[in-house]
Amino acid sequence: MATLEIRDLHVAVEDKEILRGVNLTVRAGETHAIMGPNGSGKSTLAYAIAGHPKYDVTGGEVLLDGENVLDMTVDERARAGVFLAMQYPVEVPGVSVSNFLRTAVTAVRGEAPKLRDFSKEMRGAMAELQIDPAFAQRNLNEGFSGGEKKRHEILQLEMLKPKVAVLDETDSGLDIDALKVVSEGVNRFREGGETGVLLITHYTRILRYVKPDFVHVFASGRVVEEGGPELAELLESEGYEKFTKAGASA
Amino acid sequence: MGVETRPLSTLHERTSYDVADFPVPTGREEEWRFTPLRRLRDLHKGAEADGKVVVDVDAAPEVKVETVGRTDERVGKAYVPADRVSAQAYASFAQATLITVPKEVVATSPTVVTLRGEGGVAYGHTTVVLEPFAQATVVLDHIGTATYADNVEFVVGDGASLSVFSLQNWADDAVHLSHQHARLGRDAKFTSFTVSLGGDVVRIAPSVAYDAPGGDAELYGVYFVDKDQHIEHRLLVDHTTPNCRSRVDYRGALQDEGAHTVWIGDVIIRAEAEGTDTYELNRNLVLTDGTRVDSVPNLEILTGEVAGAGHASASGRLDDQHLFYLQARGIPHDVARRMVVRGFLGQLVDKITVPDIQEQVRTAIDKELDRGGASGAAGAAKQAVRGASDEPGATIEQELDR
Ligand SMILES: Nc1ncnc2c1ncn2[C@@H]1O[C@H](COP(=O)(O)OP(=O)(O)OP(=O)(O)O)[C@@H](O)[C@H]1O
Ligand SMILES: [Mg+2]
Repeated sequence: MATLEIRDLHVAVEDKEILRGVNLTVRAGETHAIMGPNGSGKSTLAYAIAGHPKYDVTGGEVLLDGENVLDMTVDERARAGVFLAMQYPVEVPGVSVSNFLRTAVTAVRGEAPKLRDFSKEMRGAMAELQIDPAFAQRNLNEGFSGGEKKRHEILQLEMLKPKVAVLDETDSGLDIDALKVVSEGVNRFREGGETGVLLITHYTRILRYVKPDFVHVFASGRVVEEGGPELAELLESEGYEKFTKAGASA
Repeated sequence: MGVETRPLSTLHERTSYDVADFPVPTGREEEWRFTPLRRLRDLHKGAEADGKVVVDVDAAPEVKVETVGRTDERVGKAYVPADRVSAQAYASFAQATLITVPKEVVATSPTVVTLRGEGGVAYGHTTVVLEPFAQATVVLDHIGTATYADNVEFVVGDGASLSVFSLQNWADDAVHLSHQHARLGRDAKFTSFTVSLGGDVVRIAPSVAYDAPGGDAELYGVYFVDKDQHIEHRLLVDHTTPNCRSRVDYRGALQDEGAHTVWIGDVIIRAEAEGTDTYELNRNLVLTDGTRVDSVPNLEILTGEVAGAGHASASGRLDDQHLFYLQARGIPHDVARRMVVRGFLGQLVDKITVPDIQEQVRTAIDKELDRGGASGAAGAAKQAVRGASDEPGATIEQELDR
């Protein structure tokens, strides 16, 4: 059973404080949605959890089952079970999707899967996400459309089977069919009730397929409001305005 | 639109078989200013030949191989030396290796020329002639050690097709200065792959000239420069006839103090070379501090009628975003670094059409990555990488092909 606990997290980018005391706990089986205006620090939170070198943690902690992931390197965090589906997945020239996936799976599982088993597993996962098998040979994210990149993030999620997944605007740039396919992938990941999901989004669209248990409103680098799924509907109809004010005056 | 009719760079215009026509370089000349003359062991000052480079040819059955004397009229026709060391090599070689692929013959296997340095100063000459419509692959594999200067001529006849691999697999202390000149007939196709990994000072100058329209040259290069190593590539593609094509793509990685690479890419499109299509690119990946890159693309267009002309040069460090992405999927830093470097060079290595050589080059690049001071946790990383390829010889890409 996994628990991700974010306690009073402060993060700065280039000496500018972006996160100003974030508190949030994601338990196994729970899905938390984070919604908030552009620039409020949602991606900063996601990157800080994953350990991106650009983001300096100036205070607080992030615990995965009681262990402070902030003490770990980026790859240690991933192997410990933290996964970040990125808002803008990076193109890596000359590294094929299949080679990348196999190296990642080997690192996370601690042993190399047999080539044949692995390739079967990968093909299966790709088929479920309606990814053309030809992508396996292509360079990682290179020349992929926005939607194709997002599908591949979920492909990695499904193959790496982390304890907690942070999905940073995985829904943006997806047409309705792709949104369904990707949502089904996230739901397969949630299925057993042993994993946690922190889902960052601007829209309730994805929340109709991936039902959240909690919704948090993010503004000016912190959580300013919390509620159930109904809060998402309210945000969509009324906007963030009153919360951004609350955030700014807090 | 003010098109010049003569190239500004007159660098390549002075050619002669006579050493005396070239003054001893001082290091201030444009063509020598990047080269560490002190490390040339007097190759530029007429060093006596006192050593040996043994030439051994494993030829395709259809290919004729001869060892000929200086006076053989088929030798030295395609290329006239354009610098002092080249002229010195031409004046000093004792025997030339002459490889002929007869008219319309398609060689069924690569012809591998092994040049094994046995120490000391040596001069050499190799001439490869493809008669019209012949097809062949020639490998020049440089191993051992020597202080070696040579000229290599590729004469590619009308409609013929030649692929050349020049592998600089020298021992650490070798010095090698080489001119490799291709002359292309009508609709001839020339592909060259220069892989420079070993040696102390390696300076290779591949050049291409077109005798008739329709010629097509692709020049690729991969290099890995280590501590105190000087690897220099000086390319010249001279478009003098209409409707020819050239592509140049050289990529290298550098690691550790004193690693120095030079890339000069001269492409000239003369007034009469209408319809030329050319693109040249050099990219360098800098893996540690203390390295130096000099990359100078130089495209001179003297006609208003080109089909395409471009050049680019980019040198930079490993991209943190690449490393972060791979690490965020659990891949340890050092393995991620290898994947990115391999990927960077691999895009060219993938174009090597001879499987044995492709494998050789891959292995050699891995070795270079192993010995770099840049890879702190090299041992651990190696293990992790090996773990990911537990079935020898098989890759996930191959598995998917099944
Ligand atoms: N690498 C960076 N360099 C400089 N500033 C940054 C960097 N990353 C984030 N910031 C700044 O931090 C603030 C928060 O950015 P962040 O990307 O976390 O917002 P967000 O909530 O994810 O926005 P969006 O909804 O547009 O994705 C912004 O003002 C942004 O400009
Ligand atoms: Mg964002």
